[in-house]
Formats: sequence, structure tokens, C-alpha cells
Amino acid sequence: MSVGIVMLVHEPLTRAVEVARHWAEAGCPIVIHVDSQVRPKAHKWFVGALSEFDDIRFCARHRCEWGTWSLVAASQTASQMMLHEFPDVRHVYLASGSCLPLRPVEELRAYLAENPRTNFIESVTTKDVPWTIGGLDNERFTFSFPFSWKRQRFLFDRYVALQRLLGATRRLPDGLVPHLGSQWWCLTRQTLSAILDDPNRAMYERYFRKVWIPDESYYQSLVRLYSDKVESRSLTLSKFDFQGKPHIFYDDHLQLLRRSDCFVARKIWPHADRLYESFLNDPTTTKNRAEPSPGKIDRVFAKAVDKRTRGRAGLVMQSRFPNWDWENGRTAAPYSVFAGFSDLLDDFDQWLAHSTGARVHGHLFHPKRAEFSGGQHVFAGGLPDSAHLRDYNPQALLTNLIWNTRGERQCFQFGPLDNQAIAPFLAADPNVQISVISGAWAVPLFHSNRNFGEIRTVAAQLQKIETEFLEILRSPQTKARARIWSMAEFIEQPMEPLQTVIEEIGPRSGVRLTEAPRIVNLEGFGQFLQNLKNQGMHPHLMGDFPVTLDGEPEKPSGHRPYLVR
Amino acid sequence: MIADRTAQISGSDVLLFCTLRNELVRLPYFLKYYRTLGIRHFLFVDNGSDDGSLEYLAKQPDVSVWRTDKSYKRARFGMDWMNWLLRKYAHGHWALTVDVDEFFIFPFCDTRSISALTDWLDASSIRSFAAMLLDMYPKGRIDAETYREGQNPFDIANWFDSGNYMISQNPKFKNLWIQGGPRARAFFADNPARAPALNKIPLVRWDRSFTYVSSTHNLLPRGLNLVYDEWGGEKASGCLLHAKFLNTFAQKSEEELQRRQHYANSHEYRAYNKRLRENPEFWCSWSEKYINWRQLEILGIMSKGNWA
Repeated sequence: MSVGIVMLVHEPLTRAVEVARHWAEAGCPIVIHVDSQVRPKAHKWFVGALSEFDDIRFCARHRCEWGTWSLVAASQTASQMMLHEFPDVRHVYLASGSCLPLRPVEELRAYLAENPRTNFIESVTTKDVPWTIGGLDNERFTFSFPFSWKRQRFLFDRYVALQRLLGATRRLPDGLVPHLGSQWWCLTRQTLSAILDDPNRAMYERYFRKVWIPDESYYQSLVRLYSDKVESRSLTLSKFDFQGKPHIFYDDHLQLLRRSDCFVARKIWPHADRLYESFLNDPTTTKNRAEPSPGKIDRVFAKAVDKRTRGRAGLVMQSRFPNWDWENGRTAAPYSVFAGFSDLLDDFDQWLAHSTGARVHGHLFHPKRAEFSGGQHVFAGGLPDSAHLRDYNPQALLTNLIWNTRGERQCFQFGPLDNQAIAPFLAADPNVQISVISGAWAVPLFHSNRNFGEIRTVAAQLQKIETEFLEILRSPQTKARARIWSMAEFIEQPMEPLQTVIEEIGPRSGVRLTEAPRIVNLEGFGQFLQNLKNQGMHPHLMGDFPVTLDGEPEKPSGHRPYLVR
Repeated sequence: MIADRTAQISGSDVLLFCTLRNELVRLPYFLKYYRTLGIRHFLFVDNGSDDGSLEYLAKQPDVSVWRTDKSYKRARFGMDWMNWLLRKYAHGHWALTVDVDEFFIFPFCDTRSISALTDWLDASSIRSFAAMLLDMYPKGRIDAETYREGQNPFDIANWFDSGNYMISQNPKFKNLWIQGGPRARAFFADNPARAPALNKIPLVRWDRSFTYVSSTHNLLPRGLNLVYDEWGGEKASGCLLHAKFLNTFAQKSEEELQRRQHYANSHEYRAYNKRLRENPEFWCSWSEKYINWRQLEILGIMSKGNWA
């Protein structure tokens, strides 16, 4: 009724010695396979360092290379020796030189004694796992892999491509269903000996020799033929990153490992002195023989992989610079852009800030300076209001602003007087809500005290610029949520657009939208537009404005704020 | 050559390369900081110091130091010297190339040594590691407090700008070009193109065929400059905390202006000098106070990538 450890080791060997001693001192028989690439001097030292233990044996050596059959061969040789020389062993635990036992060996023994017939080996069919290292999943089993992935990558890739081209497939041995899983297992004597003594072993071997990474599939598939008691999980905590390399544990993982209640962890950084010292001298004892629960560690590593592959949306930084058309990444959070509102509505900024609780800026792309909220010269993250700096990289200003203010909705004004360089970026950003009252830029002109000839020229320019902006917004590629009202439409029913816009931002909780902003005095605006027409310009973005005073659009109840239900 | 201890260098040591001139006051803390980080050998080029820097370095047990009185500018701002030393001593090693006012931080640097990082980079087949320059400054006038020998400069200059960096791609070398921070904000608001580059790739698993092109901003072959992900993910990256803006700065910039040995006709130093006389203060109400690497990670200035 005991557990025997099969250990596969390569250099550096110093930690392997410590761990082997630890197992041996706890009374576990050990068979060690030393990679034949280990230099004779190091090997001699290693064997010498463990010579005091009778129950440590060294098996015949293979030259081990990742992804190849050699690793299976090593474990077979060592396992056979284990079964043969230690007849008391009931479970065989496959471990490596960089595995570290976390709990007392006594607890592992007790755990296995409670599950005397159970094989602990992760074993799942290819359909159920997303492990596709090098773009290969089922092809691991249907192609053959005579070239080394590490040393002969070019040939490896070409040969895979060739097999794909030819539609090559290999015939699986009868009755075999390919399963995959962690290469670190703990099998019962019955199951392991059945695999190793099977009269068909040679046939299976012929097949698996040419499978890619057979140490993750040989035992995992065969165990299904011989045992009905498979607990499909590994007792060794071992996590892999997105490139299929094992995550490494360091000193700062100590608490995380302690709380995992796992029996063994890999891979440990060889210089993680504190981990080795802590767990080898003072393993985590669990009061009620807890089941391993690596959930928290799983989450930590899953988050790391996610950060590497998807990153933080909207972040542009030294090691994340997403391509222009890449989805997960323009800006960090939803925000709103208003065009024409502040021209047509008195104190629109304050009203918006009050009703939504959002941060409302002026014209961030104003030719003179970035008009940050409250007239600040520097804003969140140290963004300066200099127009030169902003225009040097307008996109950076916007992405930085949205990133720096995560958690607070940003709104800003935009219009044809502003630097338009940001427009294509805005239009392509699904995070932005753009609301436009087209033609409203004419209102400040209408109120200005400039010569009419000058006004006419400026009006023509602004209309051209805004028309281009609207064209961008209306293009089928636009991802922004854009709403466009002509000025005439807006004035006819101002509350509806305002309501829509505010609802989308989400009104400040607890505050009811009770006040509407006041529309500026438009008496004579119709005539103003007519005058522009008379001068040969065609102001079309405002919509239809009657010329006469009587026909002025109805102003909301004589400038008094009114209630919205 | 003043002190050659390069025979002490052993196979897996992480090496540090640095050029300096008259930095005696900074050296004790600099050496202490990098020894703690896990640097095993320092290789310095002393460009004509007359303040005792050279003698101080020559006495250190883990330092090799070379001396030259030649022009810093002619040596492409010291890079020719660095490239020469790197080619000669760094082949097969991880090499960190920094200035004496640059302090390297990386994910987990408070709990893991630099060799934990380089082992991980090796295992991940990564050859170069980005660490953007982060300008640190004090609250108040930069000359208000005097930096003393051995002192942590970030006890004084412990503020930074967290989110005003502008990034574009250099089509020629494929590296990112980063500008911004307090210097762009305070000195180059009218002339952003002149704002200093903050992108740096200081940590490289060196091969004798590699070469730094312009400072440690970019290298050849170009593949080494691809320290960023273009598909939305984040690669791991660190920071170089820049302790330039201490009381020593005014004096230094005056001196450098007279020597005219710096990049782009010392334009940068001219801008500093003018501005410094007016108002030597970077701090603003949006400045961020430095706590640790985790803070920089959360702010998005550096990233853990998939290192956990």
C-alpha cells in the first residue's frame, strides 16, 4: 500500500536531489531516469548525492527531447523498473526534477489509500480541449512527425503543410480513441502493468512513436482501454501558457501554492529558494485532507494568458500597439461627442454635466487649445491643452483621455471649426456615441458682428467641412453610433433627441431629468439663411427654415424651462 | 582601460553597460540598486570625468571600467563605445544598457531577480525587452531639495505623468517611437516633434551581430524592435525610472550646453535651460505619485504580459 515515484530529471540537478531526498526520507521508493544528455560529471555527482538511499534506483537512460517519443520511452523504462523492483508499490506517480511536493507525503499516501483503484490522469478527447500548439489539434494523431519541432522547425512545418496538402491520414490502432492530457499522472499498478505488458504494446508504440508530443497522449489514450476508474485530472498542478510552455512558480507564489491544497506543483524556478525551503521543510498540512483546489491559481494564469492575447481594450502603450483595424482596442470605454449642441443651446455643457454626471469638455479639438472641462490647462494623466501637442497625434489625445478616465463617462463638443483629423478615428470607434445637429454652426455666425461677405465665406467653408464629416459618419464602414438631426428637425422637437442622448449615457441616478436647456434666440435666423442664399450660397445642412417671422419654429414655451414626463 | 575584471564574468551572468561623465554623487545608489536587482558585472565607459567617478568605479569589486577623453558626440553619443563593449563582452549574455540616472523596473521586480526575468524570456524565446523611460520629478521646484550620495533619488523625485504619451511606429526600424511625459508637456508644447524619445529596449540577449542604432531606442536587426504586440495583446514590458530631474539637473544642463555634445545640437538642453530659469517645476495636480511597479502596470505604462 504505497506510492512509488518515477522521476524524470535533466540539468540542473541540484533541486532534483533535494526533491528526491524529500520523497525518499518520507519512505517512497524512487526510480530516476536521468536524461542521457546530462554530462557524466554531473551525473556522477547526482548519483553520489543520493547513494545513501537504498530505495532510490536509476534506470537505463534515454536521450530526451521535448515533443518526441523519448519522454514516453523514459517513463516506460523507469515504470517497468518500479513495478519489478518494488512489489509493494500500488500507485506510481510520474514526476519531474522541477516538481515540488507541496503537502506532506503522508497525506498523498493516505489520499491514494482511500482511492486504491483510481487512476489520476487527465484524459480528454481532442474535441474537448482547445490545446492547439503550433496550430495542430487532431492532426497530432493523423499526421506523422519525423522532424523535431525545436531543432528542425522548417522541416517540421513543411512536412505538416505537405501532409495537409495531400490530405494524409494515419490509421489508428483498432479500438483506440485518442485522448490528451497533462503528462504528469499517477496510475495504479494494475493499469500501468496492463499498459506495459500488453501483447499489443509494440503495435501501439509503432503508432505513438510518430504522434506529436506523445507524452501527452500515450498513457492518456491507453488508460481508457484498461481501466474504468479514471479520475481525469492530474494530481500535479501544472499550468500552460498560450504557447504551450509551462508557467513557472516563484517565491511570490508561496501563499497561492499553500492555499491550493495540491500535492505537487510544477514547474518551479530553480532559484526559488523560499519555495523549496518552505515546502520541503514545512509542507502544508491540511486538517481535513482537503481535495486539491487549484481554482485561484487557474484564475491567475488564465488572466495572464488573456492579457497576453487580448490585452486591455483601449490601451496603447509600449508593448501594446494594435493595428488600425483591430477590433479589441480603439478606446477603453464608451464616450459621447456632440456637434452643434452648444451652438444652439445655452449652457449646454453645464446642463449635460448636471443631468448625466458625466465629465463634459468643450471643444477638445479647438484650433487654439484642447478645451478640457473646467478650463483646466492640464487634465487627467497629465494631458496638456497645447494644440500643437494634440495635433501632433490627435488619436493619442483621445485614446489617452478615455483610458485615463476609466470609470467616468467623457463627453466633448465637436464642430467644423475644430481640427478634423480625428474624424475618421471617431467614425471607426464602436465606443463613441456621436450626436450631430447639422448646420448649427451657423448660429454663432448669425449672432456675430462680422461683415456679411465674410460670414458668407466662412459659412461656405464650414458647411463643406461638416458635409465631409457627415459623409464619414454615414459611410457603411462607420462603427460609431451616430445620430444626425438637421437644425430644423431639432428645433421642432428638441426634447426627443435630448432624451435619447441622455438615456443612452444614463442619467445620474436619483436625479430626474427635469430641465431642458434653453434654445438661443433665433429671431431672424430664417432671414439670415435667406440672405446667404441671396448671396449665392446654399445653406442646406440646417434643413428647411421659413423666412418670415411668423414661420419661426415654435420656441419652447417662451424661453421658460419646461418639464419632461 | 582602467580596471578590467571581465575575467570574473561567468556564463549566465546578467551584465550592465553604462557610459558616464562626472556622476560621482549618483554612483553609490546606482550600484547598490542594480546589485540588488541581480546584476553580476558592470561595464562602464568613463568619458573624461574629473570628479572622482573613475577612481570610485575602479575600486568596485564587480566593475570593469574604460576611460576615454574622446568626443561623446563623435562616438554617436556614446553608442559606439557601448556597441564595442557589447560585442566584445556580452555575446551570449543578457545585457542591460542604461544611463546612470535610469533605474530598471520590471514586473515582479520587488520579489523576483533579474535572472528570473531573463530565464523566463529565454524559455519564451524572447530576445529583447522593452522598458520605456518614465521621467520622474519632485513636487515643487526641481532644485528645492539637494540629492545626497547614496540616497534613493525617488525619495525626492517621486512623481510622474501617467497618461500623456504619444506613440507612432518608426517605419524604418519598426520600433515604436514614444514621446510625451512632463518634458513634452513643459518644454516642447510648441514643438512636439523635438520632444525626446522615451522608447527604450535596454535588455537584450546579446549576440555579436546585434547593434544599437540610436541610443537604446532601437536596434538592428529590426526583429529585436518588435517588443510590442499588434493584435491587441500585451507583451511583457518594464520601465526605466528616470532620475534626471533633481537639483543636479540645472548644473548639468548648463555644463552640457557648454560642451555641446548632445543630440540634435543639444536642442533639448537649450529648451531646458530657458524654461528652467523661468519656472523649474513639472508638478501639476494630475501628477501621479510613484508607489511600485504594480501601480505602473495598472496604469498601463508597463505590462506583465503573460508572465504571472
